Amino acid sequence: MRPDDPVLEARDVSRHYPVRHVGRRGVVHAVDDVSLALFRGRITAVVGESGSGKSTIARVLARLEPPTSGELRLDGEPVGKPRGQAFRKYLGQVQMIFQDPFASLNPIHTVEHHIARPLKLHGPPRSKAEVHAEVLALLERVSLTPAEQFARKRPHELSGGQRQRVSIARALAVRPEVLLADEPVSMLDVSIRLGVLNLLQRLGHDDGLALLYITHDIASARYFADSVQVMYAGRLVEGGPAEAVTQEPAHPYTRLLIDSAPDPDRRGVLDGGRAERLGEAPDLSDPPSGCRFHPRCPLAMPVCEEKAPPKFSVGGGAGEEHWAACWLHAPEEQQEQAQEQEAQDQHPMTTGRR
Amino acid sequence: MAATATIVTAETAPAPAKARRGIPLLRSGKALTGVVIFGIFILLAVIGPWIAPDDPSQTGGPVLQSPSGAHLLGTTQSGQDVLSQVLTGARTSMLVGVVAATLATALAVLIGVTAGYVGGWTDDILSMLTNIFLVIPALPLTIVLTGYLEGGGWFPIAVVISVTGWAFGARLQRAQTLSLRNRDYIKAARAVGERPWRIVTVELVPNLGAIIISGFLFTFIFAILTEASLSFLGLGSMTTWSWGTTLYWAQNSSAFTTGAWWWYVPPGLCIALVGASLSLINFGADELMNPRLAPVAKRNRKARRAQRRQAAAAGAAGKEATP
Repeated sequence: MRPDDPVLEARDVSRHYPVRHVGRRGVVHAVDDVSLALFRGRITAVVGESGSGKSTIARVLARLEPPTSGELRLDGEPVGKPRGQAFRKYLGQVQMIFQDPFASLNPIHTVEHHIARPLKLHGPPRSKAEVHAEVLALLERVSLTPAEQFARKRPHELSGGQRQRVSIARALAVRPEVLLADEPVSMLDVSIRLGVLNLLQRLGHDDGLALLYITHDIASARYFADSVQVMYAGRLVEGGPAEAVTQEPAHPYTRLLIDSAPDPDRRGVLDGGRAERLGEAPDLSDPPSGCRFHPRCPLAMPVCEEKAPPKFSVGGGAGEEHWAACWLHAPEEQQEQAQEQEAQDQHPMTTGRR
Repeated sequence: MAATATIVTAETAPAPAKARRGIPLLRSGKALTGVVIFGIFILLAVIGPWIAPDDPSQTGGPVLQSPSGAHLLGTTQSGQDVLSQVLTGARTSMLVGVVAATLATALAVLIGVTAGYVGGWTDDILSMLTNIFLVIPALPLTIVLTGYLEGGGWFPIAVVISVTGWAFGARLQRAQTLSLRNRDYIKAARAVGERPWRIVTVELVPNLGAIIISGFLFTFIFAILTEASLSFLGLGSMTTWSWGTTLYWAQNSSAFTTGAWWWYVPPGLCIALVGASLSLINFGADELMNPRLAPVAKRNRKARRAQRRQAAAAGAAGKEATP
């Protein structure tokens, strides 16, 4: 395996939830056809608003839920069923950090228990003293010192930031190659977010972990990530190097997302309300046809309503392609083709009506 | 101005260190009272039959005598010593309580947690079973079942009581398990690779502690009352003495109408006291598990006291200043 091959890859992964209404059955398309690759030593951010399916991706990658369709590949190998030795091995390589540090630690167990369990589950057999020493080393690695004191504490004695560090230490205990961080700082006080983010960045860049950073905050993604993927209504709409995506957003949704974040440098009236005036995020049990953003898109064209746009390249750099799934960026001929196709598709219908 | 000062004092007044020391459960006055009373009855259950002055079945003494030096709690119509009956009966009643509560709680946890955690058709079947046992009237079923097990002493009765008494607890455990199983820390345990069995026993069940304890205490009361009811109706074991048996004979001999209060009040009071002590322990445990219940009342009391003291001090200072 080459070093620049992805460690963990999702290929066309979809996750649908069945919903039962009275007398009606439906499906919520939480995630549709998402392809994502995580690389060693790189931080990949998935950005999107609430309900866009970004946490679902993390849960599918952590194998807490099975994908409805699509495939996960670890080190290039397709992963098997979630049981047995192979599944354990997967969990030993892919670990998750949960969003809410107040919910992700068991209130009755000590910090030591939380970190020692994964050590005992995944590591080689060790004596009690060795496990204890490793727990202390892990606590020091996430800057919880004096480690001896923290090991004895229970979650309710810790602050949100300290709990999140315990959570990170627990994930690191299995020596994973991939770390999935589902909004790791959104429940933390603003003043301590930077510390946790810097810790994660150190783990990603210095220790060579592949890190997935899920967030709704595109500004932190720019600060923190190497690559940014923007998600809307269950689909990825734009992706590429963090600088390119945040500085020259190609997809109208990304532009609105960036505009909606307050920025002291930007002059004039803040116009974050534009997307809201164009309506709410769509109901994913009945997603819009074509491009899912078209009902809210200020630049929507007829073709957007008809066909879902594929990925179009809009530039590159930093070894990664910058792409957007938007008809605005279709090469001329393809745009025409799509429109012709659309006309053909409509033709039989119109004749049929006559 | 003065009001602000008062509030600030009340809030910043340090809580006395005394309140933080000791076994947590015993910090609450209610729980302490309950534990002391319950402890006395446990002691009686252990040593009662040994310290009983007479054989409780021994007839031939003075008949229907009110309490005296020779018979501290008087005698029955057939000349048996009531104190001996109450002391000997303590062991049976408490044993039925302990055994029935333990068995019923174990059943409730087993069925409730399994239903809640496994879900699917397992949950459907176990929930249906629980609901059936919930709607069956407990006492008639108990009477029918004890009829089958005639003459077996106290143990079959305890088993029957636990079989009829587990369903309510199982429903509680199931509901709480449903709420806990989707907590992030359970998901995190799964994401780390814990096996389901260990997740349930190590991560989940300890968090059910509060309702398991309260379920145990309630089943304990329920078992003692049911055993007393059965014996009172003459359906209990007639070979062993329990508080209910004494009550049965008292009722049979119209102790009420003849005014022989020393015959029925002691066993009745024992049953009431055990029930009350368990309820008190439960209140205390409740306050412990849900700190919002207790300390607020205490804090308010403390704040009011501080306010009063300050007002008094201010008043005194004012009086001194005027002349």
